[in-house]
Amino acid sequence: MVGVAPLLSFPPRQPGTVSAIDWDRLAAPEARRLRELGFDEGASVEVLHRSRFGQGPIACRIGRMTVALRRAVAGTIHVAVPTPAERRAVAGTIHVAVPTPAE
Amino acid sequence: MHPAPLVALVGNPNAGKSALFNALTGARQKVGNYPGVTVERHVGRLVLPDGRPAELVDLPGAYSLEPSSPDERVTRDVVIGTGGFERVPDALVVVVDAANLDNHLRFAMQLIALGRPVVVALNMVDLAERDGLRLDAGVLSAQLGVPVIPTVAVRRRGLDDLREALMGLVDRVGPATAGAPPEDIRDLQRRARTIARAAIVSEAPTRRWTQILDRVALHPVAGPALLLGILFLMFQAVFTWAATPADMIDTAFGGLEGWINTNTSESFVRSLLTDGLIAGVGAVVVFLPQIMILFLFILVLEASGYMVRAAFLMDRLMAGVGLSGRAFIPLLSSFACAVPGIMATRTIDDEKDRLTTILIAPLMTCSARWPVYTLVIGAMIPNTRVAPFVRLQGLVMFGLLIVGIAGAYLAALVLRRTVTRGASSGFMMEMPKYQWPLLRDIAIGLWTRALIFLKRAGTIIAGTTLVLWLLLSFPKPPQGSGISPVDYSVAGRIGNAIETVVRPIGFNRDIALALLPAMAAREVAVSAIGTVYAIDDAEGEAGQTAIADRLKARWSLPTALAFLMWFVWAPQCISTIAVTRRETNGWKWPAFMVGYLFAAAYIFAGITYWLAVALGL
Repeated sequence: MVGVAPLLSFPPRQPGTVSAIDWDRLAAPEARRLRELGFDEGASVEVLHRSRFGQGPIACRIGRMTVALRRAVAGTIHVAVPTPAERRAVAGTIHVAVPTPAE
Repeated sequence: MHPAPLVALVGNPNAGKSALFNALTGARQKVGNYPGVTVERHVGRLVLPDGRPAELVDLPGAYSLEPSSPDERVTRDVVIGTGGFERVPDALVVVVDAANLDNHLRFAMQLIALGRPVVVALNMVDLAERDGLRLDAGVLSAQLGVPVIPTVAVRRRGLDDLREALMGLVDRVGPATAGAPPEDIRDLQRRARTIARAAIVSEAPTRRWTQILDRVALHPVAGPALLLGILFLMFQAVFTWAATPADMIDTAFGGLEGWINTNTSESFVRSLLTDGLIAGVGAVVVFLPQIMILFLFILVLEASGYMVRAAFLMDRLMAGVGLSGRAFIPLLSSFACAVPGIMATRTIDDEKDRLTTILIAPLMTCSARWPVYTLVIGAMIPNTRVAPFVRLQGLVMFGLLIVGIAGAYLAALVLRRTVTRGASSGFMMEMPKYQWPLLRDIAIGLWTRALIFLKRAGTIIAGTTLVLWLLLSFPKPPQGSGISPVDYSVAGRIGNAIETVVRPIGFNRDIALALLPAMAAREVAVSAIGTVYAIDDAEGEAGQTAIADRLKARWSLPTALAFLMWFVWAPQCISTIAVTRRETNGWKWPAFMVGYLFAAAYIFAGITYWLAVALGL
């Protein structure tokens, strides 16, 4: 299960972590906005919607926020699939400080 | 004596700032503009627990102190104390969304680093809890070094605590200007994430409403179908819901005119009041219900968070003409009025994108066109049924709407390849959580729009109608000469001169007369026609039905169709031209806009006229 895939081909509704972003392939304002929206190496990410055909934008969750991106920008983002142990720690969004009663 | 202390609300977009502002100030607020920039400035009064008043200003949402759009620049300038738009705030209320802490804390930390008195409003804690997230405000406060108050703006929770905290802050003397330490955004982001993590008490993985709703709203097939359905409902509502209140307003104005006619004797003043003011202003105020319904839909779509989903769905279509989905929001607002629509383009960071959107915004069928379309279609197009639930009048109206949209699409396509050529900009947008729109926020928004409309009706429209009435009334033709009073008047002579220019596209003298005052606002065309006929036939009745009857008698169908087509394109609105000048900092672009739209209006109205004549309509 461990591996790195581009965000564009990452399966929807599966949590991952941003492993790398090709910052130098982005224009400066674009890169800044991307950072301001929370994209950063190590942030948790999940593809929510992607039109199956065509060139429409994609919607993904970054941290606790939903963000719409065009494919050109999404193409610079690489995602690591967490191991099962890591996934428990990531728990979908942010790291959990106190275990929930369910665990 | 010190003026009331100034408190500024500042935070990320979608942190719930405006709801908090409305909850703290109620209806005691003023909407204006920052000098020199078209960024709306909302100020209101806030009463501190000791009874002292404070002034509360709601700053535009921003992601950081490094601005990338005009409104983010205002926020930066006000909090840092440069720019001179505003006196330096005595305290800042930094609003963060409890459910999006790791992102919003970064900007909050930048603001805290400025060294001004700060209180953090941990807003929308109820929504965070709904999503299974519990936070410890005490931990957050200790980590940030400033007071943190949990609030739920929409339920008025935590407001007293916030006022209490503010009272302690406004007396502290902050620095006159503050320099933000230029911190690396990445480090700040990571620190913010660590603090956010520390503040979380528990987090249960629950299914989030927003994601469930988005499965439908963003679905490749269901999503566009839903959007079309909402738009259809919106335009349907404008016509059906507004009918009764519009009739009531029409009856009220008719009653007022009747009352004046029976209680005063025939005089100059009476004619001025009835034929000029009441006929003119009444013809326009009748459309207040339609405009309110249109704004109601737009406000609800915006407040609920759906508007951004619509932008997401439209992005692909907009990319086809070199725009982005973001442009859809100002364009949809332009269906109500191009002025707020053009102002809403300031959230588009790409300059060429923004300019193109401004240039095509006047093609959206704004509410000022409804009066013109409704009157002419109602009078000239038979209301026959063409299919179940579809009547010819509605179909023509819909056709005009589509011509406007297609025209805008075509214009954008051409503009992006010529005058606003440039690299296609991106589309990167935060999609806020869905929220149930709050009645109070919607009511305040509607009230503001209604006031603006009535003020326009009372000033610009009443003014131009009055001037037109005067020019139409004098000089009076000699008694018994048989010359029409309109033809003999100053305005009639001007109208006859304009007619020579517009005769080739099928326009008559009445239209020529109406076009000039309609430069002030499109709906004046209706009141102008009303005034022309009221003076021409002083004995006749006034009101909508009477105008329609006269149109039937004097206009041919090709003329009416050409007139409608003219109004799809013609930039007949002083306010739009003025706001374009302000938004583009000069006369170059408004001049270009007026030029290309008038040229298109003349050409397409002409084509419509001659086509209709050739078809024998």
